[in-house]
Amino acid sequence: MEKGARVSQDLVHFETDVLVIGSGAAGMAAALSAGGAGASVIIADRSLIGRSGATIMAQMTVAVALGSQTPDASEFHLADTLKAGRDLCEPSLSSLVCEEGPQDILKLDEWRVGWARNEDGSIRQAHAPGHDRPRCVYVDFLSTGPAVAKTLRGRVLREKGVTRIGDLYITDLTVTDGVVTGAVGFSMADGRAITIAAGAVVLATGGLTRLYGRNSASANMAGDGFALALRAGAELIDMEFVQFFPIGHLAPRLVGMDPIMWDPFRYKLGGKLLNAEFREFVNDYGNEEEGRYNVTRDRATFAILSEVKAGRGSPAGGAYLSFQHIPEADLRAAFGPVIDRLAANGIDLTQMPIEVAPIAHYHMGGVRVNRAMETTVPGLYAAGEVNGGSNGANRLSGNAITEALVFGRHAGESAARFARGTGRTAGAPQAALDLVTATTGVETENYAGDIEELQKVMADLVGPFRTEAGLTEALARIAAIKARLGALPPGVPGLYDMARLDWFDLRTMLEVAEMVTRSALARKESRGAHQRDDFPLMDPAYVLHHRVRRAGDAIVLDRVPVEGSTLVEVA
Amino acid sequence: MSITATLTVRRGEGGQMTTTSSYEVPYTPGQSVLDGLRYVRAHLDPTVAIRHSCLSANTCKECMIQVDGKVDYACTARLEPREMLLEPLGNKAHLRDLVTEVAPPDERLAHALAARAKAEG
Repeated sequence: MEKGARVSQDLVHFETDVLVIGSGAAGMAAALSAGGAGASVIIADRSLIGRSGATIMAQMTVAVALGSQTPDASEFHLADTLKAGRDLCEPSLSSLVCEEGPQDILKLDEWRVGWARNEDGSIRQAHAPGHDRPRCVYVDFLSTGPAVAKTLRGRVLREKGVTRIGDLYITDLTVTDGVVTGAVGFSMADGRAITIAAGAVVLATGGLTRLYGRNSASANMAGDGFALALRAGAELIDMEFVQFFPIGHLAPRLVGMDPIMWDPFRYKLGGKLLNAEFREFVNDYGNEEEGRYNVTRDRATFAILSEVKAGRGSPAGGAYLSFQHIPEADLRAAFGPVIDRLAANGIDLTQMPIEVAPIAHYHMGGVRVNRAMETTVPGLYAAGEVNGGSNGANRLSGNAITEALVFGRHAGESAARFARGTGRTAGAPQAALDLVTATTGVETENYAGDIEELQKVMADLVGPFRTEAGLTEALARIAAIKARLGALPPGVPGLYDMARLDWFDLRTMLEVAEMVTRSALARKESRGAHQRDDFPLMDPAYVLHHRVRRAGDAIVLDRVPVEGSTLVEVA
Repeated sequence: MSITATLTVRRGEGGQMTTTSSYEVPYTPGQSVLDGLRYVRAHLDPTVAIRHSCLSANTCKECMIQVDGKVDYACTARLEPREMLLEPLGNKAHLRDLVTEVAPPDERLAHALAARAKAEG
């Protein structure tokens, strides 16, 4: 690494004990715990602090064994989590979520997040698919995510040692002698290059749902953390497991509402999934849904897409979801103001079914961590959706925010502890500085168009159903788009330059798409969210993680055992 | 012939809005202005700047602009099959095209730099 790298007048430099990248629930929890441990913290987000990412999009459920209305214990929550994960969970990570979830959820309650209550004042818990009992707390109406984000944001604001910087896009991590010592990026608002020397860095950048055209998260979830970790030398696992949320809104066009909003409707009101013949079909695929919403996400996605493939899909290419059998008064009692927002979109649930289809929702795979949220590179920690291992091949509904809170808290504590025992290293890699300070001519390539093309490749060929031929074609098309990515971003550093931003996003998305596709190609079986048409059955020989790392400029893939398993390689 | 909408976008940076650009985009009923702008960026002109985080869920509140002179969210304002004039907010510092400085003042880079300078005396 070069010391005293090029510093122009426009280069901004910060020093901090802990740098947290991302400000959803995991990032804010990490900032709070690191700050609480006495560390100086910078929390950076490429958009607005506490208002971007996936947390704020959460509609309803947060799974936690509170036992506030039905007796419960963390062992039962863990059993359901491991079952949903289809033998690929790392039990030490999953158990941490289940054991410590209650303390973080009750802390939020103390901070007045507003968990819905039963008449006796106890915290209300909904029964979500895949759970053996009512276990999911929520904030009405469809306000869980905004309430959690706002509550955490309010606490971060009060934490004196935490500096919040929004519109700060991190492009690379700084690695010095094998240790992560900071980051390089630029200010979205004015284009200035920024270097940050940090005692430790926490990745809390969320998932990769933007790789798919239809997704339920934010435009800023392009997989930044996966690419940053890869380039810094960290290991990632289970990258083939992208969760598709089965009943994402499809038609008619709905604006101003999150596409996963039908989940809460199904928790509260049931609802019927129907095919083009207006017949219920979910149980035709080995499920036992009897008037109650209980089929896990991987299985429901499989059922809907199988009906579409058989020519029995709804007109827009999904399934009908009908609440026509529910009286209007019940609809209004359950969802109050939401019914009016639907009316503004021309949707009257008493008169018409809506159409739903699977939509990219969550990433199970990610950065490999231990219970202290240490990655395989010293100085680098990771928390939340960017982590792999805790959800195996399929995430249980409701575990995402619980995990973000628990893992974020641990990552912040661990990072603060590491930062205390280490000095700061100034300087940043020249190659990373060259990118953020690059001045190039007018670009002829439309990177926004390339991103759209990549999203289509991923949706068509690396979606819920995969084949060897399709995945191989996807790799070729990813390589073709990569060949069009110039060596430097277009234009000059300036005010909110989205064409320049697209270059950085495409660079990230191509790396992440390759990790997902290569892992999917290597898994010659169907398990959880990864379904191969050419290998339709689950194969016990594949109870292994696919691990990806960087070697030089190449991405290398191999296999590592699942914790507690004796299997070391596919037989 | 398919139906289209024409988006006329006020262009420029740092408050210097010297031009407008007009784009014809495909129109289907129910679409939002943001849908139209995203089409423009991917198919016609990637240099058009419009900030947004959530996609039409109206949770991030970043896409607030002026549509035909009225303040609205690009993600909830409906696209219409006619010419629509899109301008940045008039009461916020202008960055580029439709993007204005919407971050709270104490979450901006300038604030972090000022706070550091103050701490260093």
